[in-house]
Amino acid sequence: MNFQIKNPENEGGMNERIKRLRQQCFDTPTTLSIERALIETAFYKENYGTMPIAVLRAKNFYEICKKKTIYIGDDELIVAERGPVPKAVPTFPELTCHSVEDLHTLNSRELQRYTISQEDIDTYEKEVIPYWKGKTQRERIFNHVSKEWEEAYHAGVFTEFMEQRAAGHTAMDGKMYHTGLLDVKARIEKKISELDYIYDPEATDKQQELEAMAISCDAAILFAERHAELAEQMAAKESNPQRKAELEKIADVCHWVPAHAPRDLWEAIQMYWFVHLGTVTELNGWDSMNPGHIDQHLYPFYKKGIEDGTLTRDKAKELISCLWIKFNNQPAPPKVGVTALESGTYNDFTNINIGGVDRNGNSAANDISYMILEIQEELHELQPGLSIHIAENTPDEFLMAGLKVIRQGHGYPSIFNPDTYVKEMTRAGKSLEDAREGGCSGCIEVGAFGKEAYLLTGYLNTPKILEITLNNGYDPIAKKQLGLKTGDPRTFTSFQQLYDAWHQQMVYFVNLKLSVNNYIERMFSLYAPATFLSLYIDDCIDKGKDYYSGGARYNTTYIQCTGLGTITDCFTTIKKHVFEDHRYTMEQILAACEKNFEGEEQMRQYIRNHTPFFGNDDEYADSIAVRVYNDLVNAIEGRPNTRGGETHLNMLSTTCHNYFGSVCGATPNGRFAHFAISDGTSPAHGSDSHGPTAVIKSLGKLDQTKSGGTLLNVRFTPALFKRDEDIRKCASLVRTYFKFGGHHIQFNIVDTETLRDAQKHPDQYKDLLVRVAGYSDYFNDMTEQLQNEIIARTENSAV
Amino acid sequence: MIIFDIKRYAINDGPGIRTTIFFKGCPLRCVWCHNPESWSTEPQILFNKNKCIHCPKCVGKNADECPTTAREICGREWTLDNLVKEIEKERDIMEDSGGGVTLCGGEPLMHNEDALALLKELGRRHLHRCVDTTLYADPDVIKGIAAECELFLVDLKLMDDAKHRQYTGVSNRLILENIRMLAEMGADFFIRIPLIDGVNTDETNIQDTIGFLQTLPWKRKTVNLLPYHDVGKDKHIRMGSQYNPKGYTMKAPADNTLDSIQKAFIQAGFTAIIGG
Repeated sequence: MNFQIKNPENEGGMNERIKRLRQQCFDTPTTLSIERALIETAFYKENYGTMPIAVLRAKNFYEICKKKTIYIGDDELIVAERGPVPKAVPTFPELTCHSVEDLHTLNSRELQRYTISQEDIDTYEKEVIPYWKGKTQRERIFNHVSKEWEEAYHAGVFTEFMEQRAAGHTAMDGKMYHTGLLDVKARIEKKISELDYIYDPEATDKQQELEAMAISCDAAILFAERHAELAEQMAAKESNPQRKAELEKIADVCHWVPAHAPRDLWEAIQMYWFVHLGTVTELNGWDSMNPGHIDQHLYPFYKKGIEDGTLTRDKAKELISCLWIKFNNQPAPPKVGVTALESGTYNDFTNINIGGVDRNGNSAANDISYMILEIQEELHELQPGLSIHIAENTPDEFLMAGLKVIRQGHGYPSIFNPDTYVKEMTRAGKSLEDAREGGCSGCIEVGAFGKEAYLLTGYLNTPKILEITLNNGYDPIAKKQLGLKTGDPRTFTSFQQLYDAWHQQMVYFVNLKLSVNNYIERMFSLYAPATFLSLYIDDCIDKGKDYYSGGARYNTTYIQCTGLGTITDCFTTIKKHVFEDHRYTMEQILAACEKNFEGEEQMRQYIRNHTPFFGNDDEYADSIAVRVYNDLVNAIEGRPNTRGGETHLNMLSTTCHNYFGSVCGATPNGRFAHFAISDGTSPAHGSDSHGPTAVIKSLGKLDQTKSGGTLLNVRFTPALFKRDEDIRKCASLVRTYFKFGGHHIQFNIVDTETLRDAQKHPDQYKDLLVRVAGYSDYFNDMTEQLQNEIIARTENSAV
Repeated sequence: MIIFDIKRYAINDGPGIRTTIFFKGCPLRCVWCHNPESWSTEPQILFNKNKCIHCPKCVGKNADECPTTAREICGREWTLDNLVKEIEKERDIMEDSGGGVTLCGGEPLMHNEDALALLKELGRRHLHRCVDTTLYADPDVIKGIAAECELFLVDLKLMDDAKHRQYTGVSNRLILENIRMLAEMGADFFIRIPLIDGVNTDETNIQDTIGFLQTLPWKRKTVNLLPYHDVGKDKHIRMGSQYNPKGYTMKAPADNTLDSIQKAFIQAGFTAIIGG
């Protein structure tokens, strides 16, 4: 531990219990559990069609809570798992029913393997698969879409998030810490009693939804009670008096929460964990769950415990560490097909927000924030992800403490700017207070925590759209006419003409994507309402409407645009060398791209070295990036969705820039075919050569408040983080970027030599975590392509 | 003025985040120099053979046309206006980090008038100014510069004059006198000592250095100890010249050597920092 600990008495780091739990988590293989699918299938067989869908979903959830195997491990203080044991991931056949072949692939694939026994595969084939044939969300979607949509989807022009998983991006506000589910249920019952069946034409729908919500309360309470009973049974048999006392306490805690509001820190953490598991058990939302500003939520319990002498800092840290282990026990549900290519990782993107501002705009960093930094550094697990939030009024001390954890090279925390994201949210119509209570979930996406349903629907491949434009609507990789006929670019006489053609194609594909988004949203509303999650998102109960049906106070639909750096560089290449300097003709550029620059290395090198590229604080390139960005905003923003809200754009790529690159031929900027495109709003790989200050200035020219988040990856060698003085300078870099309106920045601190060695000797680097794009992942779990990209990302070395 | 590099996010050339301006031309010929391309005041073409893709027809002297930048022109004429414009791009980060501009080289004082004009302009713009120099210059020039900068980074290589001549090509007398003058003027400066095993890490040189510095009325009393590295080797290859032609023994000091030198300075009452 290299950073100063605020509280010297705790210098010992992880205690023995946490060390054991952490090791156990690392040693446990990731498995697939068919238990949830079996319970659900049996329930659906018997009940589908006999009750309203909302009630069916709630009772299904109840059934799972009642029947699933429950688990309390040795040493555990915070209890409950999503699967029957840690790291066992359930399936959700109502959304995507894995085929026998899928299960074999998951069991044997090299990366992100989910082991499953042949016996379970046989059972799945017999009991689960036949029932769901034709009834899954995935089939509903693919049976509906047009040929144009399907061809563009398979060609990689865009992806679709909700074909295998439910929409995610759910983060919590603080309400669960003040209200138990019994009170919530009483409120629901009161709402039902007040329904007006004469003048409110939606009253029946509301009644069904509210009844379903009430059942969901019972389900979660039952789930907790079962843990209380198990803990009591274990306590009765336990001979070690200390463990016996712990088990008795666990039983007390689980009898109390989530039925009642928590009274101490232990109960508060367990409360959150039950709510977390509830939402990821009823559906498998992407970026599944996030406690939001947990430091603010837990602080009052911590303070009270310390003041009345019932808690020590060590005990508090141990309890929070136990929660951290729980996060890492939950690998993401397995994906298949294109979706596995675009985002193949065990990481389920829980992104804890610390620091930042409170509802009144005051700096919110507190003792728990610092404690969480310590825990993150000590445990450095894959999950949860962590972000520090640095507003203008956040003390430097906190930023420096965060940077010192970043220096360790585990890839987190990432750094966010509340001053910008609060503006993003108020611009999108959220109240100032709700915006301040919001933050970032998943990678970089903003939302009003506890009050918004913000659905990410998929990525848009902007360089691919240019490739299609350069071929008059034809995709040379898929060998199909996918886009509009916007003209043969060889006949274009100005850059404007090319830009207009791309713009027309881009709008066409955005529209294509949006038309299906709306359909998918309706399918979730009709077939997969989230009646438990709706308990925790305002104003679902007041409106009597589900999370997926417009119940939330704010309802946003996002399209994530990727490749801003790459497409800008392509545009500057053509503008400068074809239309201004006449060094090359369009024909020459297109021919070179077609043959992947074979025999054209001289041209490719000239382009790479003599073109103004994005990320160098060069107005020539930056003005084009701004134009592309603004046009994407204009094309996407403000379309009505099915939930009374609007569409917005954000700018992230996760690992999709690799998949998108793989489906894209060589591009005019000298990028070879199938190589990754640029990630987030970062410059394209190798394009920025003027250091990090030039990068942040280029990025600062985008009006980031128009987005729902941007992403900037900066790779620093450890040398740039060596001394405290260097860290201070890095802190200034962050502050200046945020002054320019930057939304997010993250640093990957690892040297190339280490990474190369890790490629050669993967077994020696099992715990090497690196920042990918909005999240961290184990280097060993990545494809070679992604590993190479991480290595190739510009090194800002200050020799 | 002929500038051969402008470096943004320079974090080892003075306080805060800085932009460092590299002037071309130097009166010294330090054998270990890591910027030998800064010696000549004339622009020159460097050739990096690793980047060369052997085009059928080489651009030759027309290096700006070289596709890969294997051939690269080192040193370009900059007007004061353009240079200030380039520097202004970093104003925010300089202000936020307490940084500024560092003039470096080569030897910026070899370009007294240009350097002074630039410093004055930066002063008008309230940017922090630092000059990284050998102090091998006319004392009047130094006085003029001292009035227009907030901080000097002064290189001190060897105390023995014969050795100084041997390794750098010039006597150190003027340099030592100028250091004393700066101290007596009350100017703010850091002393930077490149540490090269085989050249100047012996106890005599270190003790002589300490002895000399102790006689100065110097408030800052801070030395940066910069361990030798041989980046110069590659630069010489690109210049088509020979590195260390006389074959002197030069090595990076071992950690314990560094450590004991740092301790010696600290014991003598100095702040000693390893690295810039």
